[in-house]
Amino acid sequence: MSTVAHLEEEVKSSAWSGGKSPFSVEYGKLMMWFFLLSDVFTFSALLIFYGAMRFKSHSWPDPDVVFRSVPGVEHGEYPLVFVGIMTFILIASSVTMVLAVEAGHRNSRKEVLNWMFWTILGGITFLSCQAWEWSHLMHEGMTLHHNPFINADGSTGAVQFGQLFFVITGFHGFHVFTGVVINIVITINVLLGTYERRGHYLMVEKVGLYWHFVDLVWVFVFTLFYLV
Amino acid sequence: MSAHETTVSHEHHGEHASMTKSLIWKVFFILLGVTLVEFFIALYALPHHWFSQEIANFVYIALTIVKAAYIVAYFMHLKFEKVGLIISVVLPIVFLVYFVALMIIEGNYLLFAIK
Repeated sequence: MSTVAHLEEEVKSSAWSGGKSPFSVEYGKLMMWFFLLSDVFTFSALLIFYGAMRFKSHSWPDPDVVFRSVPGVEHGEYPLVFVGIMTFILIASSVTMVLAVEAGHRNSRKEVLNWMFWTILGGITFLSCQAWEWSHLMHEGMTLHHNPFINADGSTGAVQFGQLFFVITGFHGFHVFTGVVINIVITINVLLGTYERRGHYLMVEKVGLYWHFVDLVWVFVFTLFYLV
Repeated sequence: MSAHETTVSHEHHGEHASMTKSLIWKVFFILLGVTLVEFFIALYALPHHWFSQEIANFVYIALTIVKAAYIVAYFMHLKFEKVGLIISVVLPIVFLVYFVALMIIEGNYLLFAIK
């Protein structure tokens, strides 16, 4: 009898027999990974379709011409400068997020609060930059169904350029927006001491995964829209 | 239940010790450096005709995948997770390679077959 119980115990304690988590991550974090994987496919569908549209066209609007403006400078010619600032802001806010997670491992509530604050500030700054860029491009006449920019070879600009740009950066911007909202909710919980009572800051890690994913998508959007 | 959760978070704690502050900043400067290389290609190398736009595009995408790998491995901490988790997250992305190949074939058809 005792041998059977002993064997059962042994089976349950091995990795793939139900005794413990084979991935040794908490349930919510595992689900966040799988959610992000599904999001990878959504963004890939959008970006690969955009790639196909470019590939089938003889020419395409030159990003150095389309994205040449910075706020406060009338008729400025600064290709990629503004989007460079936006990229830097997002990478920096990703770093402050890891620092928040790192502080969470040491259960340092004050440091988590500090880094979460900078992360949220970075997110809001990025969104403001994007809002300016969008309104500037709309002002130049770019809409979902109209593209004022000519192709690099001088032919009439690809019509779908505006729609692809607004839908894909908009979908990414929506992710940044939800990320900022979730970050604010988590920060309020840190402020209230919820995770201190719980004894761990796993929630900060989970929202961190989401925030890094937003940065990850931007890396691809930046390359495919502004560089290629 | 709560005992189980505590164990998981505790195990976690041990694994996470690998991600130190100095490593975080190191990864940040790698990402920043790669981005600066991309800017150098776009704003200096290409206008001075060091190489063609096609080669530049290839380099851009390669550098982007390098940046993505650093973000996922270190910032998202995937490198330090169990092998099972790494495989279950990374393996499905293989389908995207097929998707890209499919769309290149389709784009090629639209570019040359239909005028």
